[in-house]
Amino acid sequence: MRGGALRGGALRGGALRVGALRVAAALGGAVFVLWAAATLTFFGLRLIPGDPAQAVLGGPGSQASAEALAAVRTEYGFDQPIWVQYLRYLGRLVSGDLGSSYSQRQSVASIIGSQIGGTLLLAVLALTVAWLLALGLAVWSTRGGRVAAAVGSGLEIVAAAVPHFWLATVLVLVFSTTLRWFPAVSTDAPAGLVLPVLTLALPLAGFLGQVMRESVLDALEAPFVLSARARGEGEAGVRWRHVLRHGALPGIALSGWAFGWLISGAVVVETIFARPGLGRTLLNAVQLRDVPLVIGVVLVVAVGYVAMTLLTDVVSRIADPRLAGVRA
Amino acid sequence: MSLPPVSTVAAVAPADRRGRRMIGPAQWVAVAVLALLVVAAVAPAVLAPGDPFAIAPVDAFLSPRWGHPLGTDESGRDIYTRIVHGAGTSLVIGVAATAIGIVLALVLGLAAALGGRFVDFGVNRLLEVLFAFPGLLLALLVITVYGPGIVTSTIAVGLATAPGYARIIRAQARSVATSPYVEAAVVLGRSRGRILVRHILPNAVLPVFVLVTLGVGQAIVWAAALSYLGLGASPPAAEWGAMLYAGKNYLATAWWMTFFPGLAIVLAAAATTVLGRALQTRGAR
Repeated sequence: MRGGALRGGALRGGALRVGALRVAAALGGAVFVLWAAATLTFFGLRLIPGDPAQAVLGGPGSQASAEALAAVRTEYGFDQPIWVQYLRYLGRLVSGDLGSSYSQRQSVASIIGSQIGGTLLLAVLALTVAWLLALGLAVWSTRGGRVAAAVGSGLEIVAAAVPHFWLATVLVLVFSTTLRWFPAVSTDAPAGLVLPVLTLALPLAGFLGQVMRESVLDALEAPFVLSARARGEGEAGVRWRHVLRHGALPGIALSGWAFGWLISGAVVVETIFARPGLGRTLLNAVQLRDVPLVIGVVLVVAVGYVAMTLLTDVVSRIADPRLAGVRA
Repeated sequence: MSLPPVSTVAAVAPADRRGRRMIGPAQWVAVAVLALLVVAAVAPAVLAPGDPFAIAPVDAFLSPRWGHPLGTDESGRDIYTRIVHGAGTSLVIGVAATAIGIVLALVLGLAAALGGRFVDFGVNRLLEVLFAFPGLLLALLVITVYGPGIVTSTIAVGLATAPGYARIIRAQARSVATSPYVEAAVVLGRSRGRILVRHILPNAVLPVFVLVTLGVGQAIVWAAALSYLGLGASPPAAEWGAMLYAGKNYLATAWWMTFFPGLAIVLAAAATTVLGRALQTRGAR
């Protein structure tokens, strides 16, 4: 008995240590990804043909003045050896300095700071709506019946084949031009958010719904559902308490990825609905070849993506106790 | 921009085990749509004898009607003719981008699966890093470096789709390399090279055809998204994304300028998705 208790205690201590190690490893992996992303972008920029100072100022077409070019050369240290430039670049990134945008004559950090809120609001709302729709669809479409099955197998096609730019067009035509329910230009008023959020959420809901549907179908055949039924639990209890939890798992695991997708989709959606935000800022920066701003936005998105991936990993482990013993 | 087919993202690739008919009406429609697209790409004059660039200012902004079934654009060009003649460009872009993505992914994925622990570790880390530039962001980075245009955007889409394919190919090749028949070949004393060529490669590469089918639709959509953002093909090219770009300023007055080219993109992408899924189901049996 005592031996057993001791062993139990040792096990628990071991589990804690393993847990801490796992967290450290995950954080280490995240830092690595960010470092490598920064490194890739740094050396990727060296691929721009011609004078790097000119490239920072928008390429040969921008007709930058000689003083501006000289200022950029000093700021970026283009006269130094490349490894000095690289270390300085990393040093500046660590201190949160993303350089300054030539097209907006502001620091990249302050531009991103002023634009990120709107995009995050859009992404979070779209993710929430997509999740609710997907769960509903997954549970409903697995109840059997021809219509439900057809809808279920059509989900993937909707998600894979309906691009944001076309969905937005159709939504604007129906709900804005014809019905006049919602404005075609997005504002932060709730009505102005409806169409952009729907544009982002509907394809994602189709995608998540498809994945969750597969998982719900799996769960319906799983032993834990059989045992729940054997304990006398009703159909509703089985579906909402046991199957739904299992069905949501791949959705959780894919949410980090989905978040990245929403940010990428925000480039299109914010442009269509003339909504200020990170996506539109990025598109403008790409069009003007405002390199520091592009790099800044992309790195911030990478940080967000890595953070979301860590978060979904933690949530997956909470939702699925079987994962507790599995290595990440 | 659209989401990639589920099966190309969820590495688990839940092949439809719950046996559905492989060739149902949906699959026949998909085949018909693709056949039409190929005809439009190879011999557009068969479907639309007119000139896609013929300008007729008097006929500008005509709504769909007899003679102009899908309406006309701001210069009086016939939308239907332009969509038919744009099929070739859009298909070539889609196929080329997918080819770039798949070839890169094959190199990375096979190296990771068969090249030993260190190569696998390195490739996996690289893929993790590339996944941190989700969706179009990697493509946008490429365009920032090389400038917008139809060639750059095709390459950019290919690069952006490669990491996803690489992960699937790696998983596939690994599962083949550890499968019982490979083990049996080892036990029978077959040489490493022979096992690789006779057993591993055919089984790891065949599913790639499914990926290609699913991927072409996705690549068409992505390339069109870049054109729509003004970074790919530019008007007056009769490319679907460029037509959308040209029409987006007239959305309120001439909806047909954006609706129909978009519909063509949706149909093409849906058809490849349906067909890719059918091939996948067949392969899983």
